[in-house]
Amino acid sequence: MLVVLRDGRKLHGVLRSYDQFANLVLEDTVERIYSGNAFAEKWCGLFLIRGENVVLLGEIDLDQEDEVPLRQVDYNLLDSHHQQEIANKKQRDEMKAKVLFEQKGFCKEGGEGDGY
Amino acid sequence: MLIFSVFKTLTDQRVTVELKNDLSITGTLKSVDQFLNIRLDAIEVMDPYRHPHMMAVKNCFIRGSVVRYVQLPAEHVDTQLLEDATRREAINQARR
Repeated sequence: MLVVLRDGRKLHGVLRSYDQFANLVLEDTVERIYSGNAFAEKWCGLFLIRGENVVLLGEIDLDQEDEVPLRQVDYNLLDSHHQQEIANKKQRDEMKAKVLFEQKGFCKEGGEGDGY
Repeated sequence: MLIFSVFKTLTDQRVTVELKNDLSITGTLKSVDQFLNIRLDAIEVMDPYRHPHMMAVKNCFIRGSVVRYVQLPAEHVDTQLLEDATRREAINQARR
């Protein structure tokens, strides 16, 4: 199963349990990061995820996964790229929110932990 | 509760769900619950290269609280009926 979290993290693991709030237990979890046409994995182990942090829960099609045109690289290699992309996105989103708030009369959306 | 009923009548239709993280997913609406959590089958993601993690996903569960919009097939929504039902519900609420 793939779980996307509210902070933008993507976790791959085996879904062991869930409840009505979408609280989840994931076993043998790896965190995946993506950048360009590459991805990397980091071993994380067992997770209990509080439901409010879940954005999306997806079933991975194993046949389809073989056809994904991405190559796996070393985590440390991709990590700095990934951090840079997150920082860029954050900056862009802040800029957008500022324009919307100051010039367009929108209210501020979300807040802490809503930057997925 | 009314919107929940609307979604229930739309099961097995193709809908597009736009999330607050700007991810748009089109899929067959399989089920919906009281929190408007949505289950989609046979999904397609708009702009898959911007969301590479979705490439191998075929069906998914979306938490109601992260949905921004749901695009519905217009021919399957009777807006007149919906308007009437909304008024009826408002009257019922006022009576209580």
